Amino acid sequence: MTGKPPFEAIVAQHGPMVLRVCRATAGWADADDAWSETFLAALRAYPELPADANVEAWLVTIAHRKAIDVTRAAARRAVPVADLPEDPAADQPDGRDLDLHAALAALPHKQRAAVAYHYLAGLPYRDVAAIIGGSADAARRAASDGIASLRRSYPKTGEL
Amino acid sequence: MNAHTHPRPPDLPGAFPVTSAQLRALHDRLAAEAAAADLLDVAYRTLDTPVGTLLLAATPAGLVRVAFASEDHDRVLTALASEISPRILNAPQRLDDVARELDEYFTGRRRVFDLPLDFQLATGFRRAVLSQLPAIGYGHTASYAQIAAAAGSPRAFRAAGTACALNPLPVVVPCHRVIPSDGSLGRYRGGPAAKQLLLNLEAAA
Repeated sequence: MTGKPPFEAIVAQHGPMVLRVCRATAGWADADDAWSETFLAALRAYPELPADANVEAWLVTIAHRKAIDVTRAAARRAVPVADLPEDPAADQPDGRDLDLHAALAALPHKQRAAVAYHYLAGLPYRDVAAIIGGSADAARRAASDGIASLRRSYPKTGEL
Repeated sequence: MNAHTHPRPPDLPGAFPVTSAQLRALHDRLAAEAAAADLLDVAYRTLDTPVGTLLLAATPAGLVRVAFASEDHDRVLTALASEISPRILNAPQRLDDVARELDEYFTGRRRVFDLPLDFQLATGFRRAVLSQLPAIGYGHTASYAQIAAAAGSPRAFRAAGTACALNPLPVVVPCHRVIPSDGSLGRYRGGPAAKQLLLNLEAAA
């Protein structure tokens, strides 16, 4: 246990990445809940984490489960909260790009996860596969198919 | 393979802006939920004082560490992670009372601290020495030999000096009131200037 950084340093270093992953996989409305549950579960397990563990992959593994949990819980609440405004083309003052979120939300779950964990979390496909199941090659194909689909449906393809 | 089948990787992180205000709100929510779930083993904050920026750290049992800037706060927190628990968050709320009493002390409005203290970082004779220090009244001083005697080992004045020099709770547990009988200042975790400042503060009040 010697040399393990204080958990505060883990939050400071990886908090932004986990928030991006949660927004991409759980959706904007549920991302804060997914982030909070991810870091609370990580804090609980942190003393037992091996000092040489890959912290990014560990956090994304937890975030993967929590995103599924909060999305299911939100579906059970069954209150249709529209995530899309009247004019979906307008960017939000908070910098959120609604078109991109709509395009991501339209992807099959596995493609969306593969895109988020590789391109937002920076995990290699071997680690992505360990989280979403299947082989590294399958994870690579899912991410590649997801990006191709995003480029077709997202109007600002050139900016990505 | 041409450029159409191998496009450059997308800049997705750039398309997901995250603001510091959003992260701060999430961090504060995490600190509150961690404390409520009994997962916040060490909470800390910093406090600006006349002896520099102090790091204040508390377990659920009480104040466990006061550290001077010269000790390097990052190093102190890393040491707390291995000595107590790595479940450490910047969570000022648990230290509201500590910060208030220290403010009162440094502005001359408080002479005695009334705070729960966690002495787990000092054991054995060191702890016995520290337990004697609050008996030295505000504005008074004692010698290392007197403190060693009060702790039950009159000849262990060098060990008493070490206990004071390694006090995990300086300022609050007043090791600055222990000085060598030769009139010098003696060792202090915050350096001699900080020790002199505290003695002057108490003498002036």
